[in-house]
Amino acid sequence: MFDINLFALFGQLLVGLINGSFYALLSLGLAIIFGLLKIINFAQGALYMLGAFVALLALKYMGINYWAALIVVPLTVGLVGVLMERFLIRPIANEDHLYSLLLTFGLALIIQGTFTHMFGSSGLSYAIPEALKGGMKLPFMYLPNYRAWIIISSVVVCFSTWWMIEKTKLGAYLRAGTENPQLMQAFGINVPLIVTLTFGFGVALAGFAGVMAAPVYSVSPDMGSNILIVVFAIVVIGGMGSIGGAIITGLGMGVVEGLTKYFYPEASTTVIFLVMVIVLLIKPAGLFGKEA
Amino acid sequence: MNNWKLNLFLLVLALAAPMALYPVFLAKVLCFALFACAFNLLLGFAGLLSFGHAAFLGTGGYVTGYLMMNSGLTPELAILAGTISGGLLGAIFGKLAVKREGIYFAMVTLALAQLVFFIYLQAPFTNGEDGMQGVPRGELFGLIDLSDNFVMYYFVLAIFVLGYWIINRTVHSPFGQILKAIRENEDRAVSLGYNVDQYKLIAFIISAALAALAGSTKTLVFELASLTDVHWHMSGEVILMTLVGGVGTIFGPVLGAGFIITMQNYLSGGEMGNYIHIIMGAVFVVCVLSFRSGIVGQFMKFKRDNFN
Repeated sequence: MFDINLFALFGQLLVGLINGSFYALLSLGLAIIFGLLKIINFAQGALYMLGAFVALLALKYMGINYWAALIVVPLTVGLVGVLMERFLIRPIANEDHLYSLLLTFGLALIIQGTFTHMFGSSGLSYAIPEALKGGMKLPFMYLPNYRAWIIISSVVVCFSTWWMIEKTKLGAYLRAGTENPQLMQAFGINVPLIVTLTFGFGVALAGFAGVMAAPVYSVSPDMGSNILIVVFAIVVIGGMGSIGGAIITGLGMGVVEGLTKYFYPEASTTVIFLVMVIVLLIKPAGLFGKEA
Repeated sequence: MNNWKLNLFLLVLALAAPMALYPVFLAKVLCFALFACAFNLLLGFAGLLSFGHAAFLGTGGYVTGYLMMNSGLTPELAILAGTISGGLLGAIFGKLAVKREGIYFAMVTLALAQLVFFIYLQAPFTNGEDGMQGVPRGELFGLIDLSDNFVMYYFVLAIFVLGYWIINRTVHSPFGQILKAIRENEDRAVSLGYNVDQYKLIAFIISAALAALAGSTKTLVFELASLTDVHWHMSGEVILMTLVGGVGTIFGPVLGAGFIITMQNYLSGGEMGNYIHIIMGAVFVVCVLSFRSGIVGQFMKFKRDNFN
């Protein structure tokens, strides 16, 4: 009896870690964009969905396999982001930031609506790549290889991003841009270019998450909007003050959700929002936020 | 004074409208107009972007629907109960959301509304995906049968006028002036000794209660309360209505609601129905990029530039 429970518990923990990996990737992208542009990209979820669809269509029509898609899709989605920033967001950069939020919301509706129109709202499936089929039998659970791969690769991508921002020269530019863009411009650094590339990179992370998600979730036009609202709650919980904080909160909330699925399944869809309420009551600035 | 004449003219127009147009459609426009005006009280006059107003619209609808079906209350009492429930929910949302500003405020309200959505999805009394169907309209004050669409329309019009009047009074009261001061410069309002969070909270509660009033009324009009009203799409729609009509103008949201509802009605009939979300998204993008002051804002600007 106890063994079976343990089995189920670890199963839910694994699901939680996988969801958490996606939360981490998406909230990391949001945090990077927010750092420099001070806007929240409402289209992040739609671009995550776009990533999954591009991977699916590239395989179907161009024979681009999963491994190539891991490179090609983030580049494609990142390019979409670059165009978005350059031609739509930049013209209103000096207006109230709420307008850019509404702009990206409109874009999300357009992207999601287009895919719903073309593919209907039922999900499509994407085969797990050959090399990652099967799984390992651990003493307390069965671990499918692809799921292990999601967790490991997401963590690697998240922490390399963190390392790049915190420890490299490029990252130093980025942090300096966050602190004082005018001064940095005065030093002869092309700030608008950095802003565009940052937006592209933040969005590319969503595209990457989309490819990773394609084989485990069903690929459907509304896959992005549902997860995005959860990610917003996670961003409020963690606060957008730190890149590391976004990663840890994302993974942590995935685990919390997984545990809830085991102990009290009825609350599994709402638990993250409830955590948000508690955090707002106790530490309004968020767990890693600087101040209210 | 000019404004007073304009309002009278519009009222006469609204009274005569059912002669020319289908009363249920008009009642729908008025419900959404009230919803958008309530939302605009927050965005336009306090500078707070709520992305969770669907929660109040839906709560009003569900409470009123439940009471009409199960309690034998008369419609005006059921609507009052729905409005109060919306106000109470607004107090909870507001208390939490005013702790954060700007973009965070929008995210907190969106997340709280999603929490409410999931609760309604699972709660037994809402009937989940099917919604509450066949809500009776009942008899107003126990006397006037509302099942006739013309009678219903005039009842909705009366509610709309009441809600619109409350908003108008709020905006032009000393309280409304302080809200505008907070919108323009929050730090200055704090330095003048105003408890800014308290003012924001009260504005939030008024806005939520009026949004619930719109939802309660809408449930009676359609004899239906469903999850559509609580979904985040609805929170987005009300923002769009306000944006199209003119943020921060008293009458703009009414025009915006009329425009969006007419567009939806027109599109959903034909083959363009599939494109409705794409078109809504495109309207959003166009408005934000080049039409930020909305219909009324543009009109005022035109008047200023050419006739003064």
